[in-house]
Amino acid sequence: MTEITPLALSVTNLSKRYGETRALNGVSLMLEQGEMVALIGASGSGKSTLIRHIAGLEIGDGDGGRVEILGAVSQAGGRMNREAARGRVAVIFQQFNLVGRLSVLTNVLIGHLGRIPRWRGTLGLFNAPEKDKAHAALARVGIPQVAAQRASTLSGGQQQRAAIARTLVQEARILIADEPISALDPSAARRVMDVLADISREDGITVLVSLHQVEYARRYCRRTIAMRDGAIVYDGPSTALSNDFLAELYGAASEELVLPDAAPSSPADPMAPTGADPAKRQAALATV
Amino acid sequence: MTDVIASTGVTTARPLVGQAGPKPVRSMRGWLVTLVFVGALAASWGPAEMGRWTYLFSDAGNMASYAKDFLKPDFKEWASYLNEMLVTIQIALWGTFLAVLLSIPFGILSAHNMAPWWVLHPVRRLMDLFRAIHEIVFAVLFVVAVGLGPFAGVMALFVHTTGILAKLFSEAVEAIDPRPVEAIRTTGASRLQQVIFGVIPQVLPLWISFSLYRLESNIRSATVLGLIGAGGIGQVLFESIRGFYYPQASAILIIVVATVTLMDILSQQLRKVVI
Repeated sequence: MTEITPLALSVTNLSKRYGETRALNGVSLMLEQGEMVALIGASGSGKSTLIRHIAGLEIGDGDGGRVEILGAVSQAGGRMNREAARGRVAVIFQQFNLVGRLSVLTNVLIGHLGRIPRWRGTLGLFNAPEKDKAHAALARVGIPQVAAQRASTLSGGQQQRAAIARTLVQEARILIADEPISALDPSAARRVMDVLADISREDGITVLVSLHQVEYARRYCRRTIAMRDGAIVYDGPSTALSNDFLAELYGAASEELVLPDAAPSSPADPMAPTGADPAKRQAALATV
Repeated sequence: MTDVIASTGVTTARPLVGQAGPKPVRSMRGWLVTLVFVGALAASWGPAEMGRWTYLFSDAGNMASYAKDFLKPDFKEWASYLNEMLVTIQIALWGTFLAVLLSIPFGILSAHNMAPWWVLHPVRRLMDLFRAIHEIVFAVLFVVAVGLGPFAGVMALFVHTTGILAKLFSEAVEAIDPRPVEAIRTTGASRLQQVIFGVIPQVLPLWISFSLYRLESNIRSATVLGLIGAGGIGQVLFESIRGFYYPQASAILIIVVATVTLMDILSQQLRKVVI
């Protein structure tokens, strides 16, 4: 955490109003490069809205909120800077959002579009190194055999891994995932989370992953940011998120966040992330 | 008679008053609609010259000879008929093809999820115009502009079909799943690239199906266009009817019906393959 490298992501005082509802209410957060951070909260707490702002899909209210990506302003005061906003953050979605009728390979090749000459991308003329890279990305996420199939023929877990392969090809330094596992069964969910953790660890890519279930946050992420009613209510070590603490944060809504059967109420989680330096971050980040 | 009506009226009226208030109102409205409908028919009787229906029978001799000639189709010049039929299909093919090409940009630009309002509305009104004017009217206009012959027919079909297909195409575009397009947007792809990789793959099967259907109906339309001098089998048909060559006209009609049926079946099979 030297001060020379810019922050991967910095959101300052971001607000968003849809009519009467405040979807985001003065949200601020910072991510160091290479971190893998969980974003938790009940449905409707503003996780997706926040992610859509970071991805450059929505513009915040014009009251001075800003988003910076690797030191470059992507939006400030309700105005978007498209150059900085798009392509530099890779996004994966709850419903995978692949184009079902295109082959898996083409879906992965789409990750190149922001980086190669525009006319070539528009005509779909991807060259051999680009195709090799797409195949390599599919191999990396463990599904090299499905490249020629239509994306719609894959299982949910495979589709999500193909979506991750697309983000690998995109070569963004930041990956944000909006509920990537909530449409998957437990074993597919674990595999997807393993791939995300591997990318973060091996490539030093910053990962922000929004999760519905705190179990996965505890297991895969050292740091967790919790949201409620469009605001950040906790930002600190995941180990501190005991069930009692969650109940305190969310009241009755906390039931939605915890798996009924797997619920260690002690913060000492045997499934803590591997190969990590636990003292690295911790209390300094706890706010609110 | 009146007794019966009166007595039934009384017996049914009693419980009605008790439970169902709106029922008499509804039957009043029913009467009104019937009255207006009958009135419109009566008012149209004179202008539509419906009084001439007796001619169907008083000139029964004419009708019989008409029918007799039609019952003996004359296929002596079948080669030339088939040739003209082919020209009609070719007119429809080019008219539809050009319309499909133009309907792709127009269809996307008149979809509310793709274009801003200041593009959307002008394009939509232009397509309304294309659609509102019948292809026969366009054919008359183009005959004046480019002369008698198949090209006038091609242009007429082209313009009218563009109006129809652009609307159908845009409706397909408005029904797409926006999420894959959004995912492509986050990779830094341009607007055009988002359309090519995210929108077109989703709508392509429907677009192809619509286009084949229009090709099918344009073959029927192209036959009619021949009547006003836009070439093809219709022109030959019209000439033989005007010259009282009913056996020849009958043969031509049989060829038209057979061709249209064949194209229907063919395009149905093609559409099945696509979807």
